[in-house]
Formats: sequence, C-alpha cells, structure tokens
Amino acid sequence: MEKAFRNDAYAKVTGQAIYTDDLKLHDMLYAVPVYSEMPRAKLISLDGSAALKQSGVVAIITAKDIPGNIRYGQIIKDYPVLVDEDINSTGDVLALIVAQTREQAITAVPFIKIELQPLKPILDPEEAMKPDAEILHPFHCSNLTNYHRVRRGDVATAEKEADLIIEEEFSTSRVEHSYLEPESAICHLRSDGVMEVFGSMQHPFSTRRFVASTLGVELKDVEVKPLTCGGGFGGKDDTAALVCARAALCAWILKKPVKITYSREWSMRESYKRHPYKMQYRMGLNKEGQILSVKARIVADGGAYCSVTPWVTWRSTVQSCGCYEVSNVETDVYGVYTNNVFCGAMRGFGSPQINFAIEQLVEIAAEKLGMDEITFRRKNIVKQGSTTITGQVLDNHIVSLTQVLDAVLKESDYENKRKLCSLGNLNQKEWYGIGLAISYRGVSLGAEGTDVNSAILYVQPDGSVLLETSVFENGQGAESAMILIASEQLGLPLERIRYRMPSTSNIPDGGSTVASRGTIMGGGAVINASIILKQIITETIQKITGKSVAYFKDSKLLDSSDNLIMSWDEAIKLCYDNQVYPYAFGVFQPPQISWNEETGQGNAYFTWVYGCQAVELKVDSQTGAVELLNMIAAHDIGKVINPYALKGQYYGGMAMGAGYALFENCPCENGLVVPTNFHNYHPPRSINLPEMKAIFIENPDPISPSGAKGIGEPANEIMAPAIANAIYHATGKRYHSLPIRIKI
Amino acid sequence: MITVNGFNYYDYDLERKLSLWLREDLSLTGTKIGCDIGVCGSCTVLIDGEPKLSCRLKLKDVENCNIITIEGIALPDGTLHPVQQAFIDAGAIQCGFCTPGMVLTAYALLNKNPHPTRQEVRLAIRGNLCRCTGYQQIIDAVMLAADRLSSN
Repeated sequence: MEKAFRNDAYAKVTGQAIYTDDLKLHDMLYAVPVYSEMPRAKLISLDGSAALKQSGVVAIITAKDIPGNIRYGQIIKDYPVLVDEDINSTGDVLALIVAQTREQAITAVPFIKIELQPLKPILDPEEAMKPDAEILHPFHCSNLTNYHRVRRGDVATAEKEADLIIEEEFSTSRVEHSYLEPESAICHLRSDGVMEVFGSMQHPFSTRRFVASTLGVELKDVEVKPLTCGGGFGGKDDTAALVCARAALCAWILKKPVKITYSREWSMRESYKRHPYKMQYRMGLNKEGQILSVKARIVADGGAYCSVTPWVTWRSTVQSCGCYEVSNVETDVYGVYTNNVFCGAMRGFGSPQINFAIEQLVEIAAEKLGMDEITFRRKNIVKQGSTTITGQVLDNHIVSLTQVLDAVLKESDYENKRKLCSLGNLNQKEWYGIGLAISYRGVSLGAEGTDVNSAILYVQPDGSVLLETSVFENGQGAESAMILIASEQLGLPLERIRYRMPSTSNIPDGGSTVASRGTIMGGGAVINASIILKQIITETIQKITGKSVAYFKDSKLLDSSDNLIMSWDEAIKLCYDNQVYPYAFGVFQPPQISWNEETGQGNAYFTWVYGCQAVELKVDSQTGAVELLNMIAAHDIGKVINPYALKGQYYGGMAMGAGYALFENCPCENGLVVPTNFHNYHPPRSINLPEMKAIFIENPDPISPSGAKGIGEPANEIMAPAIANAIYHATGKRYHSLPIRIKI
Repeated sequence: MITVNGFNYYDYDLERKLSLWLREDLSLTGTKIGCDIGVCGSCTVLIDGEPKLSCRLKLKDVENCNIITIEGIALPDGTLHPVQQAFIDAGAIQCGFCTPGMVLTAYALLNKNPHPTRQEVRLAIRGNLCRCTGYQQIIDAVMLAADRLSSN
C-alpha cells in the first residue's frame, strides 16, 4: 500500500515529540494565574502577602510589575496581560503566583486577598447595542467592535416583485476549540539579553508582538521558538500569546526560566471561543425559484475583548448569502462587546454560523416553492463567471460547485435515499434522514489582512537541504506538505530535506497559520524559492561547464534531451567550490484584493474553494437520540499534495462539524463559561461518529504556484447544516439553534 | 516496587500522582495530560497489560505493578511496534497529543482481540479523545496493525 508521509510521525508515535510542558530548563520556576470571580468590576486592591508566605512561593506578579504596555491586542489594544483596574471578564487574570513547583503555586491561590467593586455586567449583545448602554471600554467609545455591511442592488424594489418572502431567525452556540494540549509557555532571558520563548501557538510572530509589547522591548529582543503544537483549530493565537507574555514577564522580573502550563479548567475559562451568532434573514424569491433578494441582520457576541472579531465577522459579511447569486442584498453585521468570555478565531472563521443559517434557509425556500432542494440550489449557485454579492466576478479559477455537488449526490445516492426519509412519520420507531450542504469560501485572509509568505531553501555542502517557511505546524502536517512540495520541485527524495526548527528571528513574518492558507501560501513560497535556487545552480553549471540544465529529477541534473549532466551532489559541490551559495529566499504574494467598507463591495478574496458534504442519520422517535450513519465530503482543493493528511483534514473537519451540530456548547452564566472540562463539554468521541468518505476534486488554481488551495476550514463549515437538513428530513422539524436538541 | 518499561523503581512517594511521577520524576513525557480528571485518555498507560488513566492513580495504587508507557513499546534499537508503524502508515497522526494514549489503548485491544471489527475498535478507543482526526484513520491504523500482526 501507499504509505502516509509525515516528518514528525516517528517522534509522535514514540512519545519523543517535545511539547512545551515536556521541556524543563535548569532552575525553572512555575507561574499560575489568579482569576477574577466577577465578570465586571473595579479592582480595588490585591494583597499577596499571605500567599507569598506559602511554601515555595517566590513572587506575586501584578500589572504594576509590567515594564511595557499593560494592554495589547491584534486589532484593538484592549486586553490586559494582567488587570490594572478594570475587570471585564471572569477570564481576566489579576495576578500571577510564581513558585518553585506548579503545585505550590496552585496551593497559594486562595491566599491572595482580592477586593473588587462589582459593576453591572452586560451579558447580552442586544443590550450592549442599545443607545443608552454603558460603554464597556470607554477608550473605544462604543460597544461595537465593528460594523460591516453589504449593499447591492435594491432590496425594497426586489421584495415588491417577489412572489414569496420568507423570514427566519437562527442562532449558533459558543464553541471551545478543544485542542487536546492546553496552553503552555516557557520563557527565559538569554545571556545576550534576548527573551527566548518556547510555546504552543499558531502564530509565533503574533506571540512575539505580545511579548515585546508587555516587556517594552523591540522585536529583535524577543525570539519565539514554537515547539510541537498539540492542536490549534484557530484557538492558539491570542490566549497562547498572552500565556507566553505572562511567562516572559515573570522571567524578566525574576531572571529565571518560568513555565506556565494551563489546566483544562483555566483554558476553558479564559481562552477565546467561536462566536455565538444571532442571525435574522429575509429572503425574497420568485415562483420560478430564483432568489431575488436577501436582507440580513447578524449579531456576533464578541465577549469582553476584541481579538479578531472584526475579521471573523467580515468573512461572515462577504459570505452572508452563502454560495448563491443574489442581485439585491442588504447585510448588516455587528461585532459586539459584552462581559462574556471573549471570542476570536476558530476553524471556519465566521462561516460555520452563516452556513448553518443559509443552507437551511434555501431548503425552507425550496420547499415553500414546491421545488426540490437540489434543483433550487442548482438554479441559484454561483457558476463560472458569476458575480458574488460583493461584486467580484468569479472568472480567474474553475468554479466547481456543480462538480462537488454532483460528486456527493452520486456517492451518497442522495436522490434515491431522499425518498426514504421519514419526515416524522408517526408509524416509525426510527426516523431516517439524509441531508447535505454546500459552500464556497474565500481562500486565505482576503481583505482581512496582509497576505504574503516566504521560504528559505539552504542546501548544505553535502547536498542535503534545510527548508523553512513562515507557516507553522499546528498538527495538520504543514511541514510535511512543504517538504513534499520542495522534494518535487528539486527532484530530491524526501529524506534529503529537513524542515528546520522555526524561529521568529530567522525568517520574516508570513502571517498566521490560519485561514486554510498554509499550503497555498507556504507552498507558493517554497516553489518560488525552488525556482530561484535552481536558477542559481543552473547558472553556475552553465558558467563552469557550458552545459544547460533543463530538469532536476531523481537527484540528477539533466539536459533537454534527458542526458545526465551531473548528480545533484556534484552540482552542489561545484557551487561551493566556486564560491556560490546554493541558498534561496522565495516569496509568494498573491494578487491584491479590494474592499470598500462603506458599500461592502470589492474583490474580497483572490480565489475561492467549493465544497459539499452529506450525512445520513437516524433519530429515535421516542427519545430524540441521533445516530450518525455516515458522512461524505467532496471539496475542490486545487491539487492534492499529501493524500493521507488531506483525508485527515476532511475527516477531522466533518467530525468537528458534527460536534457543532449535536454535542458542543459553551453557555456563559454571569459571564463565566459553564463547562469546565471534557466531562461537561463534549467534543465527539469515536462512538459518536460514523464512517466517513473523502472525495478529492482537483482543479489546480492558476494563482497558486502549487495549484493547491486549502482544506482545513472548508471541511469544517458545512456538516452542521447538513445534519440540520438531515434531521429535518428525518423528523419533519426545523431546528434553528445549535447544538440541535430534538424535542419529541 | 514499581516496574516501568522493564526498569524497577523502589524509592517514591506513595501519594504521588502516577502521571506526574512518570512525567516529572522519570522524564517519560510521552504520557500526556489533557484534562487531568480522567476523561480524555491522553495519559493512558498499560498497567499489567490493561489501559489505565495515569492521572487518576497514585503510586500506592500501582505498587508491584508492571507499567508500560509509550516509550516502552518500541524495541530498544528504535524499531517500532506494528501498532506504532500502522499509525504512521495509515496517516493516523496529526497533532500527536492523543497518539500515545491511542497507541497503548490499541495495543491492549489487539492483545485481547487480535481480529477486532471496526465497531469494536471504535468502542475500545471511546475513552480517548482526539480532536484532529475524526478517528477514521486511527481505526484504519488499528485494523492495519491487526492484519499485519496476524500475518506475522
């Protein structure tokens, strides 16, 4: 059989892979956080004297000890590394206790005396949006972190012409990433004055900014070296960076290495979540089944701090009508401050919420018009040359919605099985349903951010290759994908290429390893570096031997007639002998995109991906228990780089989507996250999930040097509506809220 | 006495938590702590051949027991156990944090039931959370290991 490739597989399967908490430095101290018990308050006083007397306790660190900025944030600098005065969340850290062991530090927590002056919290985003609501962050002058809109055509006129107008409301739950490795950081002040940071994170450069800001030092004075990351799913950015900043602060003050490893309880309490949304949709249709208009009002509870709420909700805005052509659109999307736990990036990034609404809405519309849901979708989906609701013409890549839809319909035998659905038949003990959902998705950051990435290929004198890029291994197999691309480009076996341990001091910031952008951006940079490297080698050989290299293949350099010129190793030796470094720095910068915040119009993303997922399930008509029978996904990923890793993204994405649909919920009570650990928060277990099938659709993207696009998030954004649709087909009831709890 | 991966230990604090003893005192950090309350399976070790959660045990609970951790199932020369090799070959590894516990749970299953069905594998690993894989390729790996072990 063909075997999977992962450069880190041996280390992980033997327990040798070093995650941050596995590492110990000599003379290391341990810090733990002290949390606020109130969601909104003034910190009147904090007395650490009794805690300081406890066995092993070395220091109590508070905001007064911060030499740099107390607050930091990726967009709005609102998050206090440690609270100085204003408490906005029960996840706020008031102090750090540093001790010789972690257990000693934890034991001392109850001895911290805290005096708070309670303030009335705002826990409902609608309350926070009222004109007379108290402003939670006075320096920001508004309880909105952001307001985005789309204005296209004329909704009022379109609604007058409509034969049918439907109005529906949907809401989604707050979701915890549930990376199995809790946050962890080790920081120490190196003898050269550099604060060295080891940690588990998705964006070491973001961590570096947090740490430098907190310490009041320059970026050159902080070096972040991410260790093995035990899962991220979008969740190891702000909170991971804050944990590093706090460990760095302790190490800075105490001049000793300091480790902070979170318990699951702290992680659940403090770390940001996927935003809960409330979505009101009104859709106008004609009797031929064409969507004429969409009017939407969407409110995202961003919680106590901004994080990347403006960017998350921006994607929701651009994709607010799903993958459908709509000529008349009015979308208003609000990101709102409350005193709940803050929300930020999570796999999907504003699309799982939207798709949960839209992919049910189109089926509701189809049924009311007396059409089947597939015919209705085919009529309205974007096609080659279609214009999106933001005015972007989809003509620079293959628009493959029909292809992914057809693949899933065929593989699932949808149209035949759809006829078998129970629709709540009272004579049946078990109700059967099949359902599907489709989506398009803008690739990478879009107008949310600056999109560029780089790679370094450095060939050693013996011909072996060191590779690095500014994408990072979260567990998804990013490094392996980069090695596979370099191997193909250079004509070298995988074992001759080593991915170098990354460091923020060695390669430029290539943006966060998020937004399903690792393979397209990092892979693009690897290809561009390979082109430069091959040019250096080719020119050297031309100059020395007069021969023209045409191909790099099987560790050999060949001319245009496939004649051997020399081996790779000989070529590299020739370079070094002639004082030429076989070293290349490659950059990939996709085409510029555009966005007009006033009109909500622009070329929002440089390319798009297309996907379809289906599910079969059974519902017990007595208890309402749902049993998933199988799940199928087809995605146009551009080009397959690493088939096993790609399947892993499909399966893991569908599984997380199933969790979103049926099992996962993080309600807040008085601002405090109710679930505390995996006994009361339930990511799917093996017995909750069915067998899955992955279908690869390949339409290499002209903009992507490797042809590949992305899969991490597309795989996660449509299983929840597919399940909701299947549950409707099984029970005859629509469920508008997540997670779905079936009422009998 | 407690035996870990073939080595005997005599000097320890009976009240020490097994997971911390393995990780902190013996530097066997392949045993992971994901929840610390016995619900995620990351800290699974084999105690007299049975998969157990080391975060729920103290050393007094494992006196005179034979413990095998993830570091203890490959051969001394680094050759992998067929279960480990199957995890690699079937693409069952992503972030890797659940992998040691999964491998040990699968190892124990195949010792008891060399020819499990996919559903039996699903049941056996139900205590081991994995957020990355959806379990599909982990089950593929266990089936592959079963095939290879039975054909040897």
